Amino acid sequence: MVDFGGWEMPQQYTSIRDEHLAVRHVAGLFDVSHMGRFRVAGDSLEFLQHLVTNDLSQLGLGQAQYNLLLNEEGGIVDDLVVYHGEEGFFVVVNASNREKDLRWFREHAPSGLEVEDRTFELALIAFQGPRAQELLPADGLDGLAYFGFRRGGVAGVRALISRTGYTGEDGFEIFVNSDRVAEVWDAILARGKEAGALPAGLGARDATRLEAALRLWGNDMDETVNPYEAGLGWTVKLDKGDFIGRDALVKVKAEGPRRKLVGLKLEPGSIARHGAAVSSGGKKAGVITSGTHSFFLGYPIALAMVEAASLRVGDTVGVEVRGREAPAEVVKLPFYRGSARSAAAPTRS
Amino acid sequence: MADRHYTKTHEWVAVDGKHATIGITDFAQSQLGDVVFLELPSAGRKLAARESFGVVESVKAASDLYSPVAGRITAVNEKLAAKPELINSDPYGEGWILKLDLDGELPPDLLDEAAYKKVAEESSH
Repeated sequence: MVDFGGWEMPQQYTSIRDEHLAVRHVAGLFDVSHMGRFRVAGDSLEFLQHLVTNDLSQLGLGQAQYNLLLNEEGGIVDDLVVYHGEEGFFVVVNASNREKDLRWFREHAPSGLEVEDRTFELALIAFQGPRAQELLPADGLDGLAYFGFRRGGVAGVRALISRTGYTGEDGFEIFVNSDRVAEVWDAILARGKEAGALPAGLGARDATRLEAALRLWGNDMDETVNPYEAGLGWTVKLDKGDFIGRDALVKVKAEGPRRKLVGLKLEPGSIARHGAAVSSGGKKAGVITSGTHSFFLGYPIALAMVEAASLRVGDTVGVEVRGREAPAEVVKLPFYRGSARSAAAPTRS
Repeated sequence: MADRHYTKTHEWVAVDGKHATIGITDFAQSQLGDVVFLELPSAGRKLAARESFGVVESVKAASDLYSPVAGRITAVNEKLAAKPELINSDPYGEGWILKLDLDGELPPDLLDEAAYKKVAEESSH
């Protein structure tokens, strides 16, 4: 068990390798109840539009949207998913930023508008993998589009089922009352067991999200990194009206970002770790933001924040591994495109 | 049957006369998580007790390996290059790392099983 944003969570249930491969070939069940969940009641569209980068006016009832919160300098305060439900909006934020984000929402909320922290009443579990739909004990999933959600039942327990995730695979995030989550968890695993579905810990979560090149706040981006540098320009809708950080981003966009996030492929055994130096032509070119060994691909992969103009796909760079310089190839992102398919959300690369 | 001793840095050494076999403990492999790579020396090299002789890379971190005893390396487990996961599945058997010919006496700070168990319990908190 490891401490993760104040939550005690398993790195693995059995083996990171087995759990990682289960997510890619069958399905894995993650407990992601540590993620912060807020409800924004009432007429809050205008308020939220001013806080986030994407255009919520495009978001129909029963749809979710990937989004960013920025500071005035255009730095990323957090990334989050905004859900448009019948009773208003709700958002899911990173565990490590829950308290900061809650303050941020409340500070900017117009008087009378309530932002309620629902993190502890609602549990959140994610069932992810190419066979997730077939194996989830729930009906009527066919009509649910990627980044769509609706009310339903999982194993006979009332839940909110969202076709979203953080693995690059098709799958579902399931919001269910905390006092019923254990039976839902057990029922999903009992149903999926024979097919090879497994409970999956933080290790498998990090490996699968990295293969899919999904950014991790605190590693690949933070308050000093803007969306264009993080390769998340597709979430920024400058023409939707004013929002916090917009002025700064207009300037960044005109000048072009100074840095960019790139994908690296390394030789077996050379695992690039967060914070390791990246060099090009003998000169410092950047830093590793995330890295791991991919059991699925069979080689180590990493994301690096590098000087913008200097590097292209196919180039070789040096990465500091165990005190020496290991060669790495700049490759296209994502490293792996799983079963997640989207008409609504653009490719995240 | 060889005697097995342990170190505070989570290696084990099984001693049979002048011959020693070295690996990492079950507790160590469980803390490291899935091992993906080992950087190991070649046979013939001489090691001092507590000398760092290699690195074990798991998905979580790279950790140095220290020799529990002094001696000359007679064999390196070649299987680990293709199957580093043997460290996880069988740390005291097929996941052995080095064989040494002992040089001199065993260091006095080696731990027996009961003493090592205490060290492991303390490190897991």
